[in-house]
Amino acid sequence: MNKKNLLVVLVLALALVLSACGGAAAPEEVMEEKPMEEEAMDEMAEPFKVAIIMPSSITDLAFSQSMFDALLAVQEEMGGEKAMEIVYSEGMFVVDDAAAAIRDYASEGFNLVIAHGSQYGSSLQEIAPDFPETSFAWGTTLNTFDMDNIFAYEADAHEGGYVNGVIAASLSETGVIGVVGPIEAGDAALYVKGFVAGAEATNPDITVNVNWIGSFSDVALASEAANTHVAAGADVLTGTAQMVVGAVGVAEENGALWFGTQASQTSLAPDVVVANQVYDWSVALDEMLALIAEGTYGGEAYTITLENGGLLMDYNGGYELPEDVKAAADAAVAGIIDGSIVVPVE
Amino acid sequence: MTEVFSATVIIGILTSGIRLATPYLYAAIGETFGQRSGVLNLGVDGQMLLGAFAAFYVAFTTENLWLGLLAAMIVGALMGLGMAYVTVNLHAEQGISGIGFYLFGLGMSELLFKMLLGTVETVKGFPITPVPLLSKIPVIGEIFFQQNILVYGAFLLVPIAWFILNKTTLGLKIRSVGENPEAADSLGVSVARVRYFTIILGGTLSGLAGASMSIALLNVFQQNMTSGLGFIAVALVYFGAWRAWGVLAGALLFSMVNSMQLWMQVLNIPIPSDIAVMLPYILTIIVLVATVSRVRAPSALTKPFDRGH
Amino acid sequence: MRSRLNSLFDSLLPVLATFAALAVGAVMLIILRVNPAEAYGALWEGAFGSTNAMAETLVKATPLLLVGLGICIAFRASVINIGGEGQMIIGGILATQVGLTFTEAPGWLVIILAIFAGFIGGAIWGGIPGLLKAYFRVNEILSTVMMNAIAVQLMNFLLRGPMIDPAQAEKASKIPQTARLLDAFRLPRLAPTRLHVGFLIAIVLAIVVYILLWRTTLGYRIRAVGQNPHASRYGGIRVRRRIVTALLLSGALAGLAGAIQVYGVNYRMITDGSASGFTGSAGFNGIVAALFGQLHPIGTIPAAIFFGALLVGANKMQRVVQIPSALIIALNGLIVVFVVSSAIWRKRRQRRRVSVENDEENTLPPDLGANVPSPEEAQIS
Repeated sequence: MNKKNLLVVLVLALALVLSACGGAAAPEEVMEEKPMEEEAMDEMAEPFKVAIIMPSSITDLAFSQSMFDALLAVQEEMGGEKAMEIVYSEGMFVVDDAAAAIRDYASEGFNLVIAHGSQYGSSLQEIAPDFPETSFAWGTTLNTFDMDNIFAYEADAHEGGYVNGVIAASLSETGVIGVVGPIEAGDAALYVKGFVAGAEATNPDITVNVNWIGSFSDVALASEAANTHVAAGADVLTGTAQMVVGAVGVAEENGALWFGTQASQTSLAPDVVVANQVYDWSVALDEMLALIAEGTYGGEAYTITLENGGLLMDYNGGYELPEDVKAAADAAVAGIIDGSIVVPVE
Repeated sequence: MTEVFSATVIIGILTSGIRLATPYLYAAIGETFGQRSGVLNLGVDGQMLLGAFAAFYVAFTTENLWLGLLAAMIVGALMGLGMAYVTVNLHAEQGISGIGFYLFGLGMSELLFKMLLGTVETVKGFPITPVPLLSKIPVIGEIFFQQNILVYGAFLLVPIAWFILNKTTLGLKIRSVGENPEAADSLGVSVARVRYFTIILGGTLSGLAGASMSIALLNVFQQNMTSGLGFIAVALVYFGAWRAWGVLAGALLFSMVNSMQLWMQVLNIPIPSDIAVMLPYILTIIVLVATVSRVRAPSALTKPFDRGH
Repeated sequence: MRSRLNSLFDSLLPVLATFAALAVGAVMLIILRVNPAEAYGALWEGAFGSTNAMAETLVKATPLLLVGLGICIAFRASVINIGGEGQMIIGGILATQVGLTFTEAPGWLVIILAIFAGFIGGAIWGGIPGLLKAYFRVNEILSTVMMNAIAVQLMNFLLRGPMIDPAQAEKASKIPQTARLLDAFRLPRLAPTRLHVGFLIAIVLAIVVYILLWRTTLGYRIRAVGQNPHASRYGGIRVRRRIVTALLLSGALAGLAGAIQVYGVNYRMITDGSASGFTGSAGFNGIVAALFGQLHPIGTIPAAIFFGALLVGANKMQRVVQIPSALIIALNGLIVVFVVSSAIWRKRRQRRRVSVENDEENTLPPDLGANVPSPEEAQIS
């Protein structure tokens, strides 16, 4: 009887796993997707080893993905996996798990360990002194703790936010714009401040309604916030962080325009996405790698901006942006770059 | 400030509230069946996540929403089957097994999402289907009868659940198994069979709850997209004191306050956003305190029985 | 002698169940084209492979143990406390505030005050559901779930407003975190690793909770309420008060866990908008640890270490074989289900033993299933 029960448990669990895996597609399909060339490159010269720790997933269409994509681009540039090895820990929202990961990667001889989240700073400050031969990077911040093996990086999210705001205010017919954000802090707050400033500079009578939903994961509440904006008369929406994916759909359903940030969200709603502010961290990464190659392991802080090409305005080719609006956007970009426009962030 | 009471705002709050309540209703009614038969399932959130993924993936690949719905129900039912076996046959502690199934669903749905989709995609979900005639009623028509089909389904489920639980032999069996299994057993009711039925039904409805999010209301799938919604659904069963109508009241209260706080932010009412977000949680407790102090709760509290013998 | 062997088998049962779950996990790994031997090797390595690994395991186990001890008290009184996450947060916040306020005070004093503040914070956040249950018949599952969400928003509000790091308040990117605690306020470390004195505090408290539950009248009453509230009431025990006490103590221990996380590991509060960013889900996992330890405070010690090892090892496994972290979560879920299911063999053997030897120790917990209130408390409408 006992053994029988044990067996049933096993079979049941297996059935659960397989049924879940099965869904509709056979599990075999999956296997081909995972690239597995690691063994092949072992023989070659020692590659530059990068480890990255991220709070959410490499496919979040937002903050984590922006860095991972940049790393892949840099890897490509350097000559693929032979030249640069990338390993990652995603979903590290627990700060002390991240700390363990940082220490572990450092002790395994990785050349550069990137702690991609402002919550990891304290841990890094602890760990970095123990590994003087390892280079660390973290963001978003400009604080290197005055250590010579820590790089810091930050995005001036308000710059692209401002440009998005300029376009949004020019395109809004109802004069009402809706913003969906997670919690009013950090990168998200910065983007929203820039966006509001841009919109108000373009049309002083514009109403920008902001909704902070108190969560980075509640997709349902984020899209209901978007619905609320639409009901309140908004015909242009924007939002930041990974839970807005549902809100993009709401914009599409209601024919409202959408502005993205962090990564391109055009694929979610090709008809209504107008523009995205895309983070391209490779600008900062390239400089770090160059310094590391010279034997400088840290001490520098980088800001990605419109000026240095770390922030890119990515326009949806499928949306026909009126020429005067595009011109206004370009003027805003130029103004921010030459300093004639200073985006207020306080 | 006067605009707070404008028709737009009130209609907006109610329409949003109805939509937000939908997944809670499916999941909480399902949980009600389980708890009525004596099984606490804390794994609802995991069942919802796997259901949401199954619905989304099948709808995305086959472009058939109904197949997606079916897939969500099957996956939910399988999760329920597992829960039933573990709690009924193996007498495992219920709360903790539920947490196990929650973790399994949470991890598995994300894993499958990564393996099979890789990135956030969208589907064309169930469209808004106005109910003929009724949707033409001013205000009420706009609020209640211009929604998608899964929203209607959730609200229809309430009277159905009430009817099954209170007016059918099956309902009597479920209640007697939850109330006094020994007596039910001695009257020839199979406790195990009834519990299998209710837990699998609960899983199926949780799967539907997930589907209502991924292919009707939000039309995307993302890891942990329920964000703990299933736990709120379990709480709502307690709010409703194990009665379908009570669950409806709880789901509507929670959702309406939630949509109200969204409006409060839009209307620039000067309170910090975090405090606004707290409101539905606080008010749910306050309302329960206020009502329970008037209506005495059941006196036959925590009378455990040993199913082992 | 025979009972020794029996109890040995009983304590090995969860381990066997874990192996069974890992076997299922191996199938999943193979589907992902990962060598299970390599993966599980990394898991072991990460949990026990070096002094540092073992220290990490114990660091992880500390909040699990503290929350688990609280769960022992609550569940013994038949109260389900799933509010550990919120209680940890409130405990952490109050404790942090102590450290930020008394910057002139000596380190040892601040640490003691902070631990006390954490205790109080958790007690408040656990006491409220206790009062609601005892006097307003609000089910504690409902109230603790809601209180978790409220605590998270309260944390977000405080960390981006009143409690924000003054250095961050000046910057454009306002990271929602408090200032860092002074170095003097850190919990002393036990070795050149991250292992801090909080672990010893937790061990001592396990013994205290054991004494409380089995050697004091209060403990007797709490357990009596859990076993049979009606008989207790006739026996002159004030059931309502004991329910409040149980939830209050349970919350207090979770709050203490929060304080110790701040003073032993993070040295500041920081929020990513969710509860688990701060708690590492210890508020939930502690429940699992307590139940693995059969709701016995001493049994919860190895259970918490076991679960801590699993969490730490799993992270290492993710790093070494580069699988999505989601697989680890799913695998943990399977392990929980398997271990909790395996209890049936222990119960069966126990029952057989009782009938044969009739020498059951009074410390063995009652049947767990019976300890959890079922909806029999529902009325038939």
